[in-house]
Amino acid sequence: MAVLVLADRSGTTVSQPTRSAVAAAARIDADVHVLVLGGSEAAQAAARLAGVTKVIQADGPAYEHGLAEPAAALLVALAPGYSHLLAPGSAMGKNIMPRVAALLDVQIITDIAAVEGPDTFRRFIYAGNALATVKTADAKKVLTVRAASFDPAPAEGGAAAVEAAPAAEDPGVSSFVGAEIAQSERPELTAARVVISGGRAMGSAENFHLLEGIADKLGAAIGASRAAVDAGYAPNDYQVGQTGKIVAPELYIAVGISGAIQHLAGMKDSKVIVAINKDEEAPIFQVADYGLVGDLFKLLPELEQELG
Amino acid sequence: MKLLVPVKRVVDYNVKVRVKADGTGVETANVKMSMNPFDEIAVEEAVRLKEKGTVTEIVAVTIGPAQAQEQLRTALAMGADRAILVEADGAEPLGVAKVLKALVEREQPQLVILGKQAIDDDMNATGQMLAALLGWSQGTYASKVELSAEGAKVTREVDGGLETVQLKLPAIVTTDLRLNEPRYASLPNIMKARKKPLETVKPADLGVDLTPRLTVVKVEEPPKRQAGVKVASVAELVSKLKTEAKVI
Ligand SMILES: Cc1cc2nc3c(=O)[nH]c(=O)nc-3n(C[C@H](O)[C@H](O)[C@H](O)COP(=O)(O)OP(=O)(O)OC[C@H]3O[C@@H](n4cnc5c(N)ncnc54)[C@H](O)[C@@H]3O)c2cc1C
Ligand SMILES: Nc1ncnc2c1ncn2[C@@H]1O[C@H](COP(=O)(O)O)[C@@H](O)[C@H]1O
Repeated sequence: MAVLVLADRSGTTVSQPTRSAVAAAARIDADVHVLVLGGSEAAQAAARLAGVTKVIQADGPAYEHGLAEPAAALLVALAPGYSHLLAPGSAMGKNIMPRVAALLDVQIITDIAAVEGPDTFRRFIYAGNALATVKTADAKKVLTVRAASFDPAPAEGGAAAVEAAPAAEDPGVSSFVGAEIAQSERPELTAARVVISGGRAMGSAENFHLLEGIADKLGAAIGASRAAVDAGYAPNDYQVGQTGKIVAPELYIAVGISGAIQHLAGMKDSKVIVAINKDEEAPIFQVADYGLVGDLFKLLPELEQELG
Repeated sequence: MKLLVPVKRVVDYNVKVRVKADGTGVETANVKMSMNPFDEIAVEEAVRLKEKGTVTEIVAVTIGPAQAQEQLRTALAMGADRAILVEADGAEPLGVAKVLKALVEREQPQLVILGKQAIDDDMNATGQMLAALLGWSQGTYASKVELSAEGAKVTREVDGGLETVQLKLPAIVTTDLRLNEPRYASLPNIMKARKKPLETVKPADLGVDLTPRLTVVKVEEPPKRQAGVKVASVAELVSKLKTEAKVI
């Protein structure tokens, strides 16, 4: 039976975590369909993804902002045609898919890190301290995908047909009021090749800008520890970790971050980790490939200069 | 209006969790247990709404072992009015949501505030599942909740920033970290909490079947990263990143 992936739109295209979800879906079945809520350009982008055989596009005001209640109702209407329903483990996927699962009387499996078989998956528990393999007895499977664990499906290569979604009821219990989405020239945190993150030691929102010059030179996204976000040095969507975003870039640079387990849960799959910390005993050095001991206020300007 | 707050007993976030040698789970014997941090935020939010006068009664609920009474007492000390312990071990989010639905039907709250995620199973599912079972609106990952008789305006933490939704009541809200800073219960309030009502019920009394859907095949230690090298200078770092790691 085919599998369905709910796409996360990223402007006029689909997000990189969506491509990771498509890659996970392809491990389950070769017939991968993608559902796009609103946005015909994004639907076209989904149709070009390698491995996608059909795109379903849902238009209408109820779907424009990805509200959970109408989106879940639509997925439930589509569910009879699919053995598995997946979404990336983004804010959108995490919001909608458990609702879908409960409507189908299914126990969702969130943030899968590996597909072991059609009913068996692996996922991290306890802030990444343990890796569980779970097998579900539910006939239909509802899953979200830990994007960092699956190489994204190529953005080009497919030529799927796009069809309109069937009509589904809108429960009409919620409405979209507005959004404050930061516009940034930088790559998205979960898709960036390089990430530089600052911790509590950055000391202020002004000092946090010290990371920008380096980020510019490396084409990096900027992240933060929870302590830095809590202190108001960085916006909430910068948070990397167990309860923030999970990233796995080629290069992760942790600046003034101690390396609490909750932070490590969000970045320890990075290919190369660099830590800058004045405490040579800081736990972050236990996972860092390259450690630089010293004061960040001296080292960051040096680094920016050295990068030329 | 009445408000329901589900709280979960979990391994304290400061504990270094260890995988059991036989691969069946993690060590929980003689380990410090606490209220899930996101649920403390939920209780705090409920108490603040009560202090503002919009909320008249707060009922704290847990589905767990007898010892989970400790977490209910903490909720009572923070300001909840009464508590319900549903005695059951290891319920999955779907099962927890079914128990909560039964309690909602009995208690008739207008709002249920849950944590966004339990830090043991890291599922991030129960609130959304409860909203589905009840057919209610949901405002997940809340960083601000404005409650009125007409509804709840919820500011949500989403991937690129913030989003605001208007929910019709009754509604489900799940808390994110920046919603508030939970208070510490004062000693007099801890004493008072001992006298607040705490009822114990069985899932069967509520007509709920908690048979799990998932079987844990095994639990392992995740692959460990090896610590690398210390470099002496920024110049050495940049050179190693260029020539050795080849990432810049
Ligand atoms: C439920 C829960 C969920 C959580 N989720 C997350 C999460 O998702 N992500 C997350 O990051 N955290 C999370 N945390 C918080 C986590 O436990 C830590 O408190 C947090 O990661 C610490 O942030 P930090 O490393 O920036 O701060 P600190 O631990 O205070 O570390 C600061 C570091 O900076 C170094 N330093 C100080 N001055 C300088 C200087 N001038 N130059 C160089 N180095 C310097 C210090 O040596 C220290 O190592 C969570 C906690 C809880 C309870
Ligand atoms: N056993 C439980 N008892 C009470 N509340 C629970 C229980 N399990 C989960 N919850 C609530 O649901 C939230 C999300 O949990 P989860 O979906 O398991 O990540 C928690 O923060 C609690 O508010």
